[in-house]
Amino acid sequence: MYAIDLKGITKIYKGGVEALKGISLQVQEGDFYALLGPNGAGKSTTIGIISSLVNKSAGKVTVFGYDLDTQLEQAKSQIGLVPQEFNFNQFEPPLQILVNQAGYYGIKRKEALVRAEKYLKQLDLWEKRDQPSRELSGGMKRRLMIARALMHEPRLLILDEPTAGVDIEVRRSMWEFLQLINQQGVTIILTTHYLEEAEMLCRNIGIIDKGRLVENTSMKSLLGRLGTETFILDVDPPTHLPSSDAFSIKQTDEVTLEVEIDKAQSLNKVFSELSAQGIRVNSMRNKANRLEELFIELVEKGAKNV
Amino acid sequence: MFNPSYLVALKSIWRKETNRFLRIWVQTLVPPVITMSLYFVIFGNLIGSRIGQMNGFDYMSFIVPGLIMMSVITNSYSNVASSFFSAKFQRNVEELLVAPVPNYVIIWGYIGGGVTRGLMVGFMVTCVSLFFVDLHIFNMFILILSVLCTSVLFSIGGLLNAIFAKTFDDISIIPTFVLTPLTYLGGVFYSINLLPEFWQSVSHFNPVFYMINAFRYGFLGVADVSLVWSFSVITAFIVGLYSLVAILLSKGIGIRS
Repeated sequence: MYAIDLKGITKIYKGGVEALKGISLQVQEGDFYALLGPNGAGKSTTIGIISSLVNKSAGKVTVFGYDLDTQLEQAKSQIGLVPQEFNFNQFEPPLQILVNQAGYYGIKRKEALVRAEKYLKQLDLWEKRDQPSRELSGGMKRRLMIARALMHEPRLLILDEPTAGVDIEVRRSMWEFLQLINQQGVTIILTTHYLEEAEMLCRNIGIIDKGRLVENTSMKSLLGRLGTETFILDVDPPTHLPSSDAFSIKQTDEVTLEVEIDKAQSLNKVFSELSAQGIRVNSMRNKANRLEELFIELVEKGAKNV
Repeated sequence: MFNPSYLVALKSIWRKETNRFLRIWVQTLVPPVITMSLYFVIFGNLIGSRIGQMNGFDYMSFIVPGLIMMSVITNSYSNVASSFFSAKFQRNVEELLVAPVPNYVIIWGYIGGGVTRGLMVGFMVTCVSLFFVDLHIFNMFILILSVLCTSVLFSIGGLLNAIFAKTFDDISIIPTFVLTPLTYLGGVFYSINLLPEFWQSVSHFNPVFYMINAFRYGFLGVADVSLVWSFSVITAFIVGLYSLVAILLSKGIGIRS
């Protein structure tokens, strides 16, 4: 079953700006899906339409089979939304925000308090439950919005740049939490500007540019399109820059080499050539910008086609 | 069919709204009580004693119902107007818009908050008035019905104002330039029988006049126009404004892009 099924969605804002130009997109139940695109591409508008904050101009949206036009309340019940901007009442404490939100979904106060405790504890906010939420740090506010979105235990969680502006430690703990709830069966749609985040978390990916879906495929197949792969090697200080006819190599600092090899080539060949030139490799890692390269390529291609 | 979960949602909105004005009670509950106390002292005691009687009652007894009603009107209105506009401004209205809550539950939830504050302030002002006048209640049913209907009507008015408002100025313009003149000219301080015939006719176009008229009847048992006509006008305004608000919300005007 599709968690969401968009057919020919268009959005024309007042003033004639065409934000979406007939987007069709399906996300399977249980998926962890990345929706990427440059600023102003139409990601937030798409999310706004799915979560019924934005009125679409044309097209059809179904959420777990519920039509947004005819079964709005059933469709809304399936979705938990974590928006890009902080949109809770900054004067209310986290516990009150969560209990109120549960109430809007028809969850009685007694049950709401139990759920609020569970999610506030899971997201490390329990100690701050009675503090005015304006006093929370940026990372805490982001986690509060995730807790709020989960209060009615939705089948689909939509996160619009959930880790924007949070430090790497908090970001990683949020990734772990999102992976956990995805494993528990919650479908997740994520927009982000951190391509490393999308690459690490998501199984499938859609790229929106200028209101059009320019790519919709699995992360694996998208990354598989890269003809080459770049590795970073930590080495003992080399006496000279090694040379090779088989692959491109450059020295980024005294003890680091960057090697770009063709997908068809074997890594063994790299090691044997470097070894033959007296270079000792201490460790190796993949350069984590593979998706970034593809993203830029796709968006640039789109720009040329317009 | 009414879904029981809507009742939970309605209670949640009402509780949130009530908590909001109770949290800031110094801004919401105290000022109207102080203002009305000044009215009682200045207009009732000092000036009123020189005015004599109005419609057969001493001036203080005559103006007390109007002043209570004035505080109910302004507090019901401003509670909903400022709360809903703040929710739009801070975007936490989105919490409601993404939830499976029908528009009528949202409307009645906000009305519930406005009515609670209006009645709470009205009760406090009534208590203060007891220091100045010996209050007698002529008809409790009419009294409660009129204050309830008025509070509902002006809560809807506040919601309508907040839906259209784009800045904080927009939610103070209507109370200043429309609500206050209507209230002052609605017969709080005088019987419209004192006015020249032309202005008496003009007063009949003022909805606040009918509310104060019905409320005063509840206290004193005297009215400038019939109660049936008063309640018909109030009901018509409630139905009209409610329908307008319901249509606006269903089209997403002022709340959805």
